Amino acid sequence: MVEVRLRVNGTDEPLDIQPQVSLLDALREYLGLTGTKKGCDQGACGACTVLADGERINSCLALAVQYEGREITTIEGLDHPLQGAFVRHDGFQCGYCTSGQICSAVGMLAEHKDGMPSAVTKQASGGELSAAEIRERMSGNLCRCGAYNGIVGAIQEVAR
Amino acid sequence: MTQTLPRTHEPSVGKPVDRVDGTAKTTGAARFAAEYPYPGLAHAALVHATVSRGRITAIDTTEAAAIPGVITVLTHHNAPALKPPRRFNPLDLSTMASGTSVSYLNTDEVHWDGQPVAVVVAETLTAAREAAALVEVSYTTFASTVDFKAEEPNAEPQKGNLLMSGSAKKGDAEAALAKAPVRIEARFTTPPHHHNAIEPHATTAMWDGDRLTVHDGTQSIDWLRSHLALRFDVPVEGVRVLAPFVGGGFGGKANIWPGTILTVMAARATGRPVRLLLTREDVYRTVGGRTPSTQRVALGARTDGTLTALVHTSVTRTGRVGGNPEQVTSQSKHLYDAENILVRQNVVELDLISNTAMRAPGDSIGTASIDELAYELGMDPIELRMRNEPERNPIDGRRFANRKLREAYRLGAERFGWADRTPEPGSMRDGRWLVGMGVATAFHPAWQFLANVTVRLSVDGSVLVRCGFQEMGMGGATAQAQIAADALGVPVESVRVEYGDSSLPLSPAAGGSMQTASVASSVLTACEKLRRKLARLGRPGDDPAAALARAGVPSLEVSVGSDTRIGRLTGQVRFLSKLIRDQRRWMKAASGAQFCEVRVDPDTGETRVSRWTAAFDVGRVINAKTAVSQLRGGIVMGIGMALSEETLVDPRTGRIMNPGLGEYHVPVHADVPPIDVAYLDEPDPTMPLGLIGVGEVGITGAAAAIANAIHHATGRRIRELPITLDKLL
Repeated sequence: MVEVRLRVNGTDEPLDIQPQVSLLDALREYLGLTGTKKGCDQGACGACTVLADGERINSCLALAVQYEGREITTIEGLDHPLQGAFVRHDGFQCGYCTSGQICSAVGMLAEHKDGMPSAVTKQASGGELSAAEIRERMSGNLCRCGAYNGIVGAIQEVAR
Repeated sequence: MTQTLPRTHEPSVGKPVDRVDGTAKTTGAARFAAEYPYPGLAHAALVHATVSRGRITAIDTTEAAAIPGVITVLTHHNAPALKPPRRFNPLDLSTMASGTSVSYLNTDEVHWDGQPVAVVVAETLTAAREAAALVEVSYTTFASTVDFKAEEPNAEPQKGNLLMSGSAKKGDAEAALAKAPVRIEARFTTPPHHHNAIEPHATTAMWDGDRLTVHDGTQSIDWLRSHLALRFDVPVEGVRVLAPFVGGGFGGKANIWPGTILTVMAARATGRPVRLLLTREDVYRTVGGRTPSTQRVALGARTDGTLTALVHTSVTRTGRVGGNPEQVTSQSKHLYDAENILVRQNVVELDLISNTAMRAPGDSIGTASIDELAYELGMDPIELRMRNEPERNPIDGRRFANRKLREAYRLGAERFGWADRTPEPGSMRDGRWLVGMGVATAFHPAWQFLANVTVRLSVDGSVLVRCGFQEMGMGGATAQAQIAADALGVPVESVRVEYGDSSLPLSPAAGGSMQTASVASSVLTACEKLRRKLARLGRPGDDPAAALARAGVPSLEVSVGSDTRIGRLTGQVRFLSKLIRDQRRWMKAASGAQFCEVRVDPDTGETRVSRWTAAFDVGRVINAKTAVSQLRGGIVMGIGMALSEETLVDPRTGRIMNPGLGEYHVPVHADVPPIDVAYLDEPDPTMPLGLIGVGEVGITGAAAAIANAIHHATGRRIRELPITLDKLL
């Protein structure tokens, strides 16, 4: 067992866990923060996306012990215009991928603002965020209900 | 008499009302089945068989049991006894519930590669998973048949089911085909598919004596309740199933699969609350998917395009341990007014897990061959369809309850810009991309089943609708709130809907696109009853709450249907007879026209879907926002079906080789263009409020439209799904 002190949504959370426990399992099983979802546990679906110091990560591929001292934000700690926009644009159906989509979108907006390039924009300028750009940058977050149009609409509304 | 109460608010039916559970889903507050905390909760993990048929000769759990935190390792040596599943009985639809016929951990026999052969229960998830990997199982293997392609010639004629026949004919289609001046003949294949709801199947189970509480990601709360009572031999009254949120189903959570049974068993054996969230691989190994199919389509026509012969035959598979044969040729009975029709479905049983329903079973694959005939005739494919658009159901002359496919095509063609298409394959380009436009018909039958509801109005004006239906993202609670609000003349915000709990009045399972109509019918009846009672209490001009206040009544509740054993049986008999009567009288269905534009890279064969328009006849739309999302969602799944989705079964071993989202490719954001969805919004006179379910029709015809567009772009007819790059090179 390892002692680790996570900082999640502004609160210090001391944990005594096995070293192989993922950040995702630490959040869901040890801290009761079930808003972050487990869809594949293999980094393929994006449902477990959280923010670490504002950067989006797949928490299923992160070991909890690696994230001591980092500021973790989950959907429960988020208060962002995207949340309302997702409802208005019907950017979800079942809701299981939604926490990941929203956290991912928050991280993505910051990346774009910082000029991070993508396959669509070779030289990002932080300018206007096109639908094609959003689709490319959000492709790590699967939605099996197929609410992609609504998700893109919600992100576009907030990015404007 | 009921008209004395005014409807005081703007109708909400048809409006784009936001989902009632939107905030819960965007803040992380919505709890799914694996997210309920219980003191003393233990975690389960599955061990799968690695042979397709055989017998367990030894199972060594020593190492697994030695992992700190392991509570028990259940195998066929020490697992509690299960009662076998029951045979199908039309008066008790829960007899359709079991995914397979196997009594898990009650036998040393293995029936498919992936069958659970042990369950580890441990204090932590980590310990359970670690221990599961250490269980050593030895087998003697038996000969097995697992190769669909090799077994196809041994297929046998399939029986019909409750709702559809297995084969049908009109005239002599083969003879007419032989004489037809123009004909095409084609063979299509489709691979197995998996639903891949993003929430893996999950169960949390807790026993208290013979009383059982289960949180389960299920599409069939009532079936699950009855089935668990049966398998664990306890009174059904003591079993409660809760599923207020289900993270997608698409048919994969309609039947009851081993994970649920084994979690309940693990809780029984340990006396602890137990949780199991399947791994993605567990889902592939223990939950059935869509059958593969091989199809022959032959069309004969006169030179003016009139169809004289339509032959559609298919081979699909089930598991030897269960599964329903898929109705692959169903649409060919309803779409074209051919003078002679023959449809025949054959099926093979393999030593694989049962197949199961997946979004629009049978109907989803759609019709690409009419497009081939259109090219043979030199006709526009829409014109050819309209030339053969029937007045009555082609196979048996039944009347259509509603059929506005002509209008749907007209509307879709105009919005899409079909007139700009030049018919010659390869004739349209955008830079280096080959551009193609394709069209196909969407079609899905409409049904209704028994639903019981209660509706209560309180003097503060609030309304409570209660019905144990399922919500996996279809927006059922929002739609029923709108329906009740309009029926009572109250604002939609004042209606609360309780669902997702077996202690509520009986609802049918969510499947076959029939939940909304089934529940709506009873909600409307209940609201009408309530209005009649209110009219007796109030005065003309009173709104509903004022009528209650005037009479000094705090609340008034009415119910439709009875949840007693006798009440359910009577209801089921009444509904089955209505269903059969309806089926004889009308052909009811949703239909539509799917239009898409693709771009194909001439060098790599990469296909991108660049534009989509779909126009549907789905009766009256209850919620303009959620209905469109449902239809779009179906189209998105159809894009996956056309271009990327395929479950790979090793033909030697029967083992699924790509059990994960990294290897089974569902559409991602970048694969999905803006999807323009239009609907006619004309009520079907035979359905409650004129509505037709929209859960499945969206996927139908989508893959065919893409295949047709790819042909238009490249001149290549690819008849084997998915149309991957290699097939276009």
